[in-house]
Amino acid sequence: MSNYIKLIVLGLVALMALIAAGNARDLAYQVNALTAALAAVAYFLYTLRRTGEPVVAADQTQYMDGVVRAGVIATALWGVVGFLVGVIIAFQLAFPQLNFDWAQGYANFGRLRPLHTSAVIFAFGGNALIGTSFYVVQRTSAARLWGGNLAWFVFWGYQLFIVLAATGYLLGATQSKEYAEPEWYVDLWLTVIWLSYLAVFIGTLVKRKEKHIYVANWFYLSFIITVAMLHVVNNLSIPVSVFGSKSVQVFSGVQDAMTQWWYGHNAVGFFLTAGFLGMMYYFVPKQAERPVYSYKLSIIHFWALIFIYIWAGPHHLHYTALPDWASTLGMVFSIVLWMPSWGGMINGLMTLSGAWDKLRTDPIIRMMVISVGFYGMSTFEGPMMSIRAVNSLSHYTDWTIGHVHSGALGWNGMITFGALYFLVPKLWNRERLYSLSLVSWHFWLATIGIILYAASMWVTGIMEGLMWREVDANGFLVNSFADTVAAKFPMYVVRGTGGLLFLSGAIIMCYNLYMTVKRSPAVEATNVTVPAE
Amino acid sequence: MAKQPNKKQEVGTTGHSWDGIEELNNPLPRWWLWTFYICIVYAIGYSIAYPAWPGINKATAGFLGFSTRGQVAEEIAAVETKLAPMNDKLASVELASISGDAELNGFAQSAGAAVFKTWCAQCHGDGAAGAKGYPNLLDDDWLWGGAIEDIHFTITHGIRNEDDPEGEARYSEMPAFGRDEILEKEEIAQVVSYVMSLAPGSTPADASMVEAGAVVYEDNCAACHMEDGTGDRMQGAPNLTDAIWLYGGDYDALMETVTNARYGVMPNWNTRLSEAEIRAVATYVHSLGGGE
Repeated sequence: MSNYIKLIVLGLVALMALIAAGNARDLAYQVNALTAALAAVAYFLYTLRRTGEPVVAADQTQYMDGVVRAGVIATALWGVVGFLVGVIIAFQLAFPQLNFDWAQGYANFGRLRPLHTSAVIFAFGGNALIGTSFYVVQRTSAARLWGGNLAWFVFWGYQLFIVLAATGYLLGATQSKEYAEPEWYVDLWLTVIWLSYLAVFIGTLVKRKEKHIYVANWFYLSFIITVAMLHVVNNLSIPVSVFGSKSVQVFSGVQDAMTQWWYGHNAVGFFLTAGFLGMMYYFVPKQAERPVYSYKLSIIHFWALIFIYIWAGPHHLHYTALPDWASTLGMVFSIVLWMPSWGGMINGLMTLSGAWDKLRTDPIIRMMVISVGFYGMSTFEGPMMSIRAVNSLSHYTDWTIGHVHSGALGWNGMITFGALYFLVPKLWNRERLYSLSLVSWHFWLATIGIILYAASMWVTGIMEGLMWREVDANGFLVNSFADTVAAKFPMYVVRGTGGLLFLSGAIIMCYNLYMTVKRSPAVEATNVTVPAE
Repeated sequence: MAKQPNKKQEVGTTGHSWDGIEELNNPLPRWWLWTFYICIVYAIGYSIAYPAWPGINKATAGFLGFSTRGQVAEEIAAVETKLAPMNDKLASVELASISGDAELNGFAQSAGAAVFKTWCAQCHGDGAAGAKGYPNLLDDDWLWGGAIEDIHFTITHGIRNEDDPEGEARYSEMPAFGRDEILEKEEIAQVVSYVMSLAPGSTPADASMVEAGAVVYEDNCAACHMEDGTGDRMQGAPNLTDAIWLYGGDYDALMETVTNARYGVMPNWNTRLSEAEIRAVATYVHSLGGGE
């Protein structure tokens, strides 16, 4: 019966999407509406084929691993796409001729840049978070995911969100808010997906068979709740027409800027920090086979981190129209945030005590350790750059880009790679990875890539900051903006090369994971929901 | 330093286990806790010293009396006070005498270079070599005159803009001979061929048209560009005989120029720059190589 209702709803959705496509006022909206119609039709056909078939109830004593497998595949593939676009735009900056005339309006830097940031943060990082959180919450709660196929809805709905956002960028639909570029209807869709995700996660925690909630799940939960709040508030806008992609923000001027950076900073804080700390708290102790270093530290640094992070956003707006008091508060909260951030690093690194010898033999542990190391470095660099005097040199320079990438490539990228290497043999019931030496290759390519990237951006960032403020004896400006651009060229080439190395490592990883599924000897499945005593 | 030996193996766990993961009961690392406290104390102190805590109507001002806008204003005022004597002198002396005064000239050069890099380089290029549609300032080919007074006037009022409050922007307009149907396409091709024969180093696309083109030129172009093609600076009419082309000297570019005309615009700077700054940048441009 419920299938018939589903079919009717899906049919209506497809019809409405087609009507919207027919009345579309701009190309991006039209393509997005057609994509939505296509998705609804595909889901309709899928439901239709299963209608009337006997329903097999899911075995509640088994973990729901199919959706995690899908998450792993999506993470690896979107990762390669995101890194590739990053390499392209890095070389577009070094060689502007790569903004080809025939691709103007679709594949020039301005269009590709949000595609890159969204692909790596939301497609690669988001799938990694959703996939691993589904895995971790089941294992540490000894319960199957709540909500039946709702987890699958979250997965496929999220992929649709990614496709809508990405095609929208290329065709020019954007709110012009960094990391919040998707237009109003894509935002609405993501809200639906995200609340479903929250429901699945909380539902699973509620029916857990363990007495306590494991620390990784605190971090995942805080990430899901806060991102929901940030997403809704920062995307408050009124569409110009229901048949067009353009919308107008509810906030304006400095209020809009402040809301945007409250969002932007906490997207880093909760998406890329809290969520990935959840990953770290499960995969590091699992891979090291060691207990977590300090329960007390985990609880103190968790509450300190989520309480303080949310206030630090104004440091993105030093020396702007933002009032001084807000800028001061953003700065001091960022400084107080230093130790709560490092709590995670200490717990990650100290968990390895007694297992340091594994660094020699296990490249996956090595990946996780360097990831935590980069986490520590960028969470020190961040508070330092938030200091007003430092920021007056670093703001608007490539130093910021380097900072973001040492966090994103080093911390988020490496911990995700570690988690994928851990998960694939488990999820596909393989004895081990296809090749550990390929993991080593990946490790070194990625590490050298990150170092080239971060070092070149430090050099050019500080250089351009100093060139911008250079004055002669009378106080007159010495360099023009174009002088600073020209001076950065060699470092831009180094940066692109670093990105290329990082991308090659990821491709090797995909090959290795694929061969693990194809070639590694099979073992018996271990996905029964047994509480861990 | 190591008052207590490393005891982490003896602290025991919390007694829970999740999927095989246990947690040790280690205390907070001392250095971590103290650094955290120090950061908090620093934050409180800083937020008392600087504007920080919002109230109903306004925020606390901080006992140091700091404000970012105030800081900028102070720095600007300090520089202006320091430079005032030189700026006053620069703004009041005879333009032609600047280059003779070594101290004043040095000052004007570095000030002018800074103005140029900030306001002029976007169009005329970082090295002043120009681009298509934006004149090269390094050569001796001047549309409106290359004496210091001419350059100063052009910068002050600009070219073909509607914004100059004194309405003194340099103005002239070449007719769009093709678009406005003053000349036939054939005639335009002829005159283009003739013009191409004037400049050294360029050969007309079709030599047979040059003769007819000379007649078209005589009737339509010579009034501004002069009979010999050397142009007229009173009207900003370019010299056509020096092989320097603002919009390109090949057949297609010239066809476009004669058919649709060109209308290059330069802003007036008298509403954005001080008289001393305008004189400084005029001195700088005049010294670049082509000043007369």
